[in-house]
Amino acid sequence: MASQIPMVDYLVLDGDSAHLEANECTACGALFFDRRNACAACGKREFRRKRLSNDGLVRTFTIVQRAAPGVPAPFAGAVIDLDGGGKVKANIVGVDPTPENIKLGMPVTLTTFVAGTDDNGIEAVAFGYRPV
Amino acid sequence: MASDDIWIIGVSMTKFMRYKDKDLIDLASEAALAALDDAGVTIQDMDILASGNLAEAGGGVGQRIQKQIGQTGIPVYNVANACATGATAFRVVHTAIKAGEASIGLAIGSEQMGKAGMLGAAGRARSDKKEFEPSGRYGGVMGTEGILGTNMMPGTFAQTGMEYAYEHDGVGFEQFAKVAEKNHAHSVLNPLAQYQKAFALDEIMGGEMIAYPNTLLMCCPTGDGAAAAVVVSGERLASMPAEVRKRAIKVSASVLTSDPYVDGCQVQFDVNTLTRRAADQAYAQSGVDPKDLDLVELHDCFATAELCHYDNLRLCEPGGAGEWIDKKGPWRDGEIPVNVSGGLLSKGHPLGATGIANIFEVSTHLRGEAGDRQVEGAKVGLTHVIGLGSACAVHILEKAAS
Repeated sequence: MASQIPMVDYLVLDGDSAHLEANECTACGALFFDRRNACAACGKREFRRKRLSNDGLVRTFTIVQRAAPGVPAPFAGAVIDLDGGGKVKANIVGVDPTPENIKLGMPVTLTTFVAGTDDNGIEAVAFGYRPV
Repeated sequence: MASDDIWIIGVSMTKFMRYKDKDLIDLASEAALAALDDAGVTIQDMDILASGNLAEAGGGVGQRIQKQIGQTGIPVYNVANACATGATAFRVVHTAIKAGEASIGLAIGSEQMGKAGMLGAAGRARSDKKEFEPSGRYGGVMGTEGILGTNMMPGTFAQTGMEYAYEHDGVGFEQFAKVAEKNHAHSVLNPLAQYQKAFALDEIMGGEMIAYPNTLLMCCPTGDGAAAAVVVSGERLASMPAEVRKRAIKVSASVLTSDPYVDGCQVQFDVNTLTRRAADQAYAQSGVDPKDLDLVELHDCFATAELCHYDNLRLCEPGGAGEWIDKKGPWRDGEIPVNVSGGLLSKGHPLGATGIANIFEVSTHLRGEAGDRQVEGAKVGLTHVIGLGSACAVHILEKAAS
């Protein structure tokens, strides 16, 4: 099996239990996916890693039919409200991207897929959410 | 005319369209000279100049305009603030006058986009990278567009609308489409609009889907154009001729906000909280109640966005934006006419020009000079622009009492 790396560093592959991790402000609990200088909510500067739930609800979505150059369409982009806190942007996968198949408030769970392979055969693994 | 009030005495915009034979400086100069002529003053009278432009933000556009219309040595501020760029330039002049550093100034917004296609942060090209190596603030190894959702403008603002639909009843594809039906209908009366064509609701809903629920006719076009305004202190205005004072427009509120932290705002831009804050500050500053407004020009970059701003700007009952468009509240003969210019959807959206073009539109109605599209008896109006990232400007304008 080819070796794999996550497409973004807030996706932790961890064998069969892939999940997301965020930087959580130790003072106010605000969650961020990027490298931090300080907290945008309270200004404090200490963070800890927090494992986020793989389950959540579709907070909003769009179905992109005319995509940016080089990006395959259609696809369903969404923002997911994760159980226990955190919001994340990802695609809805596992169903045809149509308004009939995707509903606001629909329960979804995290799944992973290979998004690309480099010249050394390394696979980049991405995540999406499928209806449950 | 209290001496601490601030006034617009000259205002103009070019027609928005795609210009083949004029460059950015032609358009900006044309708007600037028209605003100066409208005010009956010259570039030699100006104490300050602010120039808003996005695509050439590092290009000294303000000074290049001076090279065409008058190099008088005054301070020039080149401003960029996403789609709130023009309104921010206006505010730079407004703030300088309020601070007493200037008594009269010129604000210009300009943009030349041509047929730019969709805008947005598409990220790195997906096929260029031969060896995956994590980089950037998210440790990414490839572009995320289309894999981890979308950051292009049509989809981003589609999600803004769908989030409103999630939280409120009576909002769906049809309500969003009705916004575009209204703005395209309004545009027929505006000769300065890039497109002046009405469309039936089923033509809008049945058109090419760009990013559900935004179809092609629910997305603003790219284009070229410029707008300008001459702003003065009340004290300076008092010494000006009666015909200038009679047509002067009072700036009753001028507010700029950025997006405050809310949960999830770094995942999906929040265009609501900063708009609500700007609106509330503007109503407090002016003493104007939303119900007093005779017209509003708001930032309908996409139809989905306009619907949310009915609620954000307190034009409809809280949560009632869907119902409000259903009962035609924002139509030109409705409760509060919104985007009688045709809005960004039809008038066009040359990014740096938009914030001053909105001020031109409302001022022209308040002066009773809007021709076929005139909102009869308009005395108070509001302008709103939002730049993603985010910046929001709200201005409340009033007709001179005399």
